[in-house]
Amino acid sequence: MKRCGYCDFNTYTPAELREGVDSVASVSQGYIEGLIGELEQACTRLGTRAVSTIFFGGGTPTLLPPDQLARILRAIENRFEITEECEITTEANPDSVNSRSLNQLREVGFNRISFGVQSMKSHVLQVLDRTHDSARVGEVVTAAKSAGFDSISVDLIYGTPGESAVDLAESVDFALSLPIDHISAYALIVEQGTKFGAAVRRGEVVMPNDDQTAEKYALIDARMNAAGFPWYELSNWAKPGHECKHNQMYWISGDWWGLGAGAHSHVAGERWWNLKHPKTYLDAIAEGKSPSAGKELLTEDDKSTERVMLRIRMREGMALSTFSDVQRNVLDGFFQRGLFIPEQWQNGRVVLALEGRLLADQIVREVLS
Amino acid sequence: MPAIPLSSAPQPADTNPAIIRNFSIIAHIDHGKSTLADRMLGITGVVEARNMRAQYLDRMDIERERGITIKSQAVRLPWQTDGQDYILNMIDTPGHVDFTYEVSRSLAACEGAVLLVDCAQGIEAQTLANLYLAMENDLTIIPVLNKIDLPAAQPEKFADELARLIGCDPSDCIKVSGKTGEGVDHLLDEIVRRIPSPVGDANAPARALIFDSVYDVYRGVVTYVRVVDGRLREHDQIQMFSTGIKHEMLEVGVISPEPISSKGLGVGEVGYLITGVKDVRQSRVGDTVTTANKPAQIALAGYKDPIPMVFSGLYPLDASEYPTLREALEKLQLNDAALVFEPETSAALGFGFRCGFLGLLHMEIVRERLEREANLSLISTAPNVVYHLTLEDGSEVEVTNPSEFPEGKIAEVREPIVRATILAPSEFIGSIMELCQGRRGVLQGMDYLSEDRVEIRYTLPLGEIVFDFFDNLKSRTRGYASLDYEPIGEAPGDLVKVDILLQGEKVDAFSAVIHKEKAYAYGVMMTGKLRELIPRQQFEVPIQAAIGARIIARENIRAIRKDVLAKCYGGDITRKRKLLEKQKEGKKRMKMVGRVEVPQEAFIAALSTNEEADKAKSKK
Repeated sequence: MKRCGYCDFNTYTPAELREGVDSVASVSQGYIEGLIGELEQACTRLGTRAVSTIFFGGGTPTLLPPDQLARILRAIENRFEITEECEITTEANPDSVNSRSLNQLREVGFNRISFGVQSMKSHVLQVLDRTHDSARVGEVVTAAKSAGFDSISVDLIYGTPGESAVDLAESVDFALSLPIDHISAYALIVEQGTKFGAAVRRGEVVMPNDDQTAEKYALIDARMNAAGFPWYELSNWAKPGHECKHNQMYWISGDWWGLGAGAHSHVAGERWWNLKHPKTYLDAIAEGKSPSAGKELLTEDDKSTERVMLRIRMREGMALSTFSDVQRNVLDGFFQRGLFIPEQWQNGRVVLALEGRLLADQIVREVLS
Repeated sequence: MPAIPLSSAPQPADTNPAIIRNFSIIAHIDHGKSTLADRMLGITGVVEARNMRAQYLDRMDIERERGITIKSQAVRLPWQTDGQDYILNMIDTPGHVDFTYEVSRSLAACEGAVLLVDCAQGIEAQTLANLYLAMENDLTIIPVLNKIDLPAAQPEKFADELARLIGCDPSDCIKVSGKTGEGVDHLLDEIVRRIPSPVGDANAPARALIFDSVYDVYRGVVTYVRVVDGRLREHDQIQMFSTGIKHEMLEVGVISPEPISSKGLGVGEVGYLITGVKDVRQSRVGDTVTTANKPAQIALAGYKDPIPMVFSGLYPLDASEYPTLREALEKLQLNDAALVFEPETSAALGFGFRCGFLGLLHMEIVRERLEREANLSLISTAPNVVYHLTLEDGSEVEVTNPSEFPEGKIAEVREPIVRATILAPSEFIGSIMELCQGRRGVLQGMDYLSEDRVEIRYTLPLGEIVFDFFDNLKSRTRGYASLDYEPIGEAPGDLVKVDILLQGEKVDAFSAVIHKEKAYAYGVMMTGKLRELIPRQQFEVPIQAAIGARIIARENIRAIRKDVLAKCYGGDITRKRKLLEKQKEGKKRMKMVGRVEVPQEAFIAALSTNEEADKAKSKK
């Protein structure tokens, strides 16, 4: 088991957590107890709020066997009302599941699964330090379909050094040939402190320039549209009705509770984040203390900044009327440059056109400054 | 040869000139002058061992850190030779090219000079220049080879070199080690024996030469003088020759090496006086001090006003620090009669000052002191020289800022010319000549100092050496070459102004006056550099170099196409919002040129020498 070279998630191998240990099982039991402990704290604070989405992710939760994941799900159900339509997702690595475990996941209650595929080209996966092959991806996605998941998603990464436009087109086309309903595609970000980041810094790999990455985004968007997967957020495309409810909740500033070491939460205008190391996290829970490592109370300014920053990335865009005259002036300049969809603009909404999506951060910066 | 206890040494104010020896030490930066001076303080007993600290006489931090002496001082050292008491006045001299005039005044206060040479390195260009100054002043030269304790020492080789330069016998060279003290007492004896005592008319009206002038926070200006004729007494009213201004003398004394006040200073004596003035420009190096009640009629020869040779615009990075910069410059000027400045405004850099310096080192030191002592962050424009123009209508214009160089209708442009002396191992002759020819140099002559060391003389336009000449020289000669230059006048030059335009807007900070044949290369270099340094904008930005209306080079920064982070989920939101706030702050620090946002780093990198800009680029 190993960590991918580009990943900066809060990850630990079993051996890093306990010396001389090499199996997930040897460390997972205690961790799940901890999660349930935090859930108890959430329950105390939130009361009986209805839960409309549950998401296991930010890594590879399927490293745990389905019955362990089920324990956590049951613990949530025992404490909160779960809505009828509740979206329950797990992320999965193609290597970490098989048809049996996928059936089990479905049986214990998961109705959505998101596979970290990244690319179908082995030389690209090699740069990313990933191991699976495309045949494996086809098998597990088909198995997930047979298992009866309502939505199946695939994550792709583009802009990896050494990836040609043809490589990317083949990856996208292969993904679209599978029985899936949703694709997330992210430009590779070089994170400091990762193996990949170090290789870039040493000049061993050279990142493509922004123009090339922009071309690739356009390529992805065109193929998605042709396949009936319109965009609904900058990096997300789905068949109608298969948009990820959980992620949309982030972008409309909904409330969520992130359980686990390093997890972030947002409840009623307060954001906090947990202690990163599993040991310190578990110690806090064991002592009955909040595992929070830091928090911030959002001011009205913060909230409105976040609103623009997040909502502008969505297909619904934002009503022009929510902006000041000065901001509308700035927006008009961007409109003149073709960054917004004209029909929507006429209807009083700011919705990013393709070139606008590529410049979303700049637009936000200009509008808010 | 023993030291004399201070209490029983001849007292200031009435020292018999016959027992006085006034001398300077001429040496290159790292040839050990300060160490030798320290050693002399120790051996003569004026500083007790327990009070000794390295480079005792160098007072400013920068001096101690860089190992160079900017301001000279004079120390009175009692010494006994052949059973007779003597007073040695050691006048410390600044060791760098920009301070030639100050050096010449220090030398004018002496009858002799110790020529100190590191016998592992040999003589350097600036030392040679100062040696020539000393010889022109008819000083007795005592050649001294220092650092004889070093394994790499070659005393015989460099003794030959010195003997050839001075016209003495190699055996006249005294070998010392400032570090171990070996030979230093012998040197003190030889100073007594070889250097003549001062001669002056004790009954004539007082005349004293100012050879240094230092601002002290507590005492005001401390003026260092050498009395030539007559006598200065405490409570005298004194008068400066150049200005005619009279001052009450509050204190007079000698430095040994802490100030000791005395009843006065007589013929040949060296010491300090304090009048309470707060500005060194009222007490100028080279000026003559006389007494108001019985003034001398003729000034001592050699006074010159300091003339700034190199100019640069200094701007605070943070516009709100402009008043701090002004105060800091004013404060610095109290101690630096050669520094001139006046406010200027740059469309690109905002409010700042155009500053005039004696030369490159002077500029560097001023900048460093401003940044260090006033805690300022500064952008400086590329250094330039002063141009004198005759326009077609016959009028004369002086240009100290390239952006003010007039467009068209110019009959003649004159630029300052220097005589440069370069000393280097002979293996580098070709490389040095190539560099000088490339800088419009004209070879004036070449002499071998020894078998493998050569002195090369060129005349060069000062404008060609103010930017990166010295760095280039050093890198071409693996650090072995040394350079000295002195202004010798002006000459007409085929010079043009090259402007740099961003999206059609002239960037005044990048305008440069360049020889016509190099204008194209400059244009290509600057536009290329800026293309790398300026981030892509929302629109296409043409970068042009132009002479008048004629475009000579062009680059393009294409409009930015992608500016978005792909991922934005729960845990990313706080980080992304904070990044956004930081970027908004960063935007405030951008300088606007028309609609183009230029980061300050781009200005700094574009205005620095190539090497530094390349460093900045590789970080990008």
